[in-house]
Amino acid sequence: MSEASPAKAYALHLGVIALLFALSFLLPEYYHGLLARIMVLAVFAMGYNMLFGYVGLLSLGHAMFFGAGLYGAGLAVIQLGWNVPAAFAVGLGCGAVLALIIGLLALRTTGVAFMIVTMMFAQVFYLLILYFAVWTGGDQGQVVPQPARVLNFGATSLDLTNPTVRYMSALALFSLVLLVTLATVRSRYGRVLVAIRENEERTKMLGYDTFSNKLIAVVVSGAICAASGAAYALLFGYVGSSFASVQYSILPLLWVLLGGAATTLGPLIGTLFMYYVIDVTSGYTSAYLLIVGVALILLVLFFPKGILGTIRQRWLGWLP
Amino acid sequence: MTDKNGFFDLSKTTLSRRTALKGLAAGAGLAVAPGFVRYSQAQSSAPIKIGFQSHRTGIGAAYGRWYEKTTAAAVKAINAAGGINGRQVEVIIEDDGTDPGRGAEVVGKFATQHKTDIVFGTLFSHVVIGSAPAAGEAKIPYFVVSEGHHVASTKLNRYVFQPGITDVKSQIQSMAPWIAANAGKKVTQIFPDFAFGYDHRDYLPPALKAQGAEVIAQIAIPPTESSFTKYFPQIPAETEVIYHVMVGPAVLTFVKELGEFYGSNRPQLFGFIDSLEAVDINSPGLEFLDGSHFWEGSPRYAQPDDSAAQKAYRAAVGIDDNGAAVGDPKDVSTAAHMFGCWETLYVVKKAMEDAGYKGPEDRAKLVEATEALTAFAEGPEHPQGPKTFNGKIHQCFGIQNISKVEGGKLKVVHKTKIEDGLYEAEGDYTKQAL
Repeated sequence: MSEASPAKAYALHLGVIALLFALSFLLPEYYHGLLARIMVLAVFAMGYNMLFGYVGLLSLGHAMFFGAGLYGAGLAVIQLGWNVPAAFAVGLGCGAVLALIIGLLALRTTGVAFMIVTMMFAQVFYLLILYFAVWTGGDQGQVVPQPARVLNFGATSLDLTNPTVRYMSALALFSLVLLVTLATVRSRYGRVLVAIRENEERTKMLGYDTFSNKLIAVVVSGAICAASGAAYALLFGYVGSSFASVQYSILPLLWVLLGGAATTLGPLIGTLFMYYVIDVTSGYTSAYLLIVGVALILLVLFFPKGILGTIRQRWLGWLP
Repeated sequence: MTDKNGFFDLSKTTLSRRTALKGLAAGAGLAVAPGFVRYSQAQSSAPIKIGFQSHRTGIGAAYGRWYEKTTAAAVKAINAAGGINGRQVEVIIEDDGTDPGRGAEVVGKFATQHKTDIVFGTLFSHVVIGSAPAAGEAKIPYFVVSEGHHVASTKLNRYVFQPGITDVKSQIQSMAPWIAANAGKKVTQIFPDFAFGYDHRDYLPPALKAQGAEVIAQIAIPPTESSFTKYFPQIPAETEVIYHVMVGPAVLTFVKELGEFYGSNRPQLFGFIDSLEAVDINSPGLEFLDGSHFWEGSPRYAQPDDSAAQKAYRAAVGIDDNGAAVGDPKDVSTAAHMFGCWETLYVVKKAMEDAGYKGPEDRAKLVEATEALTAFAEGPEHPQGPKTFNGKIHQCFGIQNISKVEGGKLKVVHKTKIEDGLYEAEGDYTKQAL
């Protein structure tokens, strides 16, 4: 992989952000709403990519971090009546603390064992949501009341249920996480993560504390996923256990694999692709998951490193 | 040659009164010309578009299929009788995968892409609750056929209605008097350890207590469980009635193992047919249910005293006397619930006609017109039975059926009264802004 000048990489990412901003004024109403949702879930995928793509740790339990953000923020509003910024902070904090605890335990394992341990913890988290149904609403979930989803700045207020405000909020979160991800992977710390992925023993031998570096990556990854979950609860008004189920641990993996693991923009591409394939094909047949499956097989055959990963390998070696 | 009357004199630019009148007359003539008439009517005679949020895939697929059949039959009947406000009804279906996240997207798609007049037809509670915020924000009326208590709890929003099927709290409350009087006073509940089971766990004990009976044990079974024998020793020996509401594919194993546990000397059994919707009551392993009783919203099997409306409804939907698809006895319907689609569409029709509904700009009027409804008489539009409607909590109340398994069929042995299922309103949607 050849190295891009920082200006080139940042220009590309700022260009993507500018394009998404412009799309807010160009897209038809339905796709405008859908893209807001996709950007929030792309943040989830970016959080996953941080650990899977750059550290090489395949987790099957990231739904618990998304769920921690979702329930942390949602319940802070529903049960405690807290305002939006406080609730978002609670969601983010819940995800980060959970990631720290899970990281401390799960990082004692690697490979398949890491997958299984993370999946088991996520299952525990999911069952706890069902067990404490009195507060969480169990499998039915709960609505975050519309009047509470307002962001107050002194005399002015922003209604998060307004489509434009929602889109711009999603874009702001997406942009922030995208730029933080880019800065992280281009930093010295990012190179250490890639070194761990490529050869952990050699990295250790060079004097790096790989456990601490991996733990920080788990916490950052968990916090980003929690930010996505918190934003989902506050922007779309629903917290439900299905978002903490195993399906939502597998989805970010698929999105990242599709878009290109260890590429900064791959998670967005993968999420967009999956969403649109499902949205379009479900209009024609109830067997749309079959079509999704075929599309995935074709992608694996012709784009084995995901869409952006393959483009980087074949044509644009400088892509971050 | 000069044009004396100046008709062709282009230099004469002043508009005379006569010219103006001629112009107006010509314009009016154009306006009443056939082509223009066709154009102006295009908006008022365009079909009413109903967005059907269907569980085509996922855990609710068996229900979704029959909800679609019932909806198609109701729409056919409504259109044959002239439609709604003289306009034909068109149903647009989107699959929500029985998933709340996708459900919310589908509601958004109906509101902003298909631009339907309403959204309709959702069954599973978590999909309703997940989709309700999207409906409220898009200000599109959302008519669900879910039987969950979530609408009546007034925790959703003003745009969500359930006018075609009673809610589970009302159903449970209606069952209690019959159970206490006919089955037994000491009841053990066995229910799935998730929300559907929790409704039964929470609402049955107070309802039975009011009838002088009691719940002596509550056994929650995890939804992932595939064998149940280990739970049965928890059933107290003095149990007179086992009240079971297990759902999903494991129900056959549950019944079989319960039969093996008790043999021929069992307590009374009372269940909700939700467990066995779309399942043949004569399936191997279900013999143990012979003589037991079930709640049914609408009877699966044709009854000797079926009304003409009930017979016409069954024929229109295409179910035979055993509640299976005509021509395919193995394709058992979800008869206890799917009538709700039929009745809800007729409520929508009534409310749209009351509101003089013309298009999406009248959605608020439609909400208010629905809230103003108070009762639905039994008849072709409401074949399950008469209902009352509480506009403050957007929920209907109706009669329930208790059926006995006899000779491989479900025979209705008791019908409750509407009053049996009434309860205090927990809030008031009409106070929310439109």
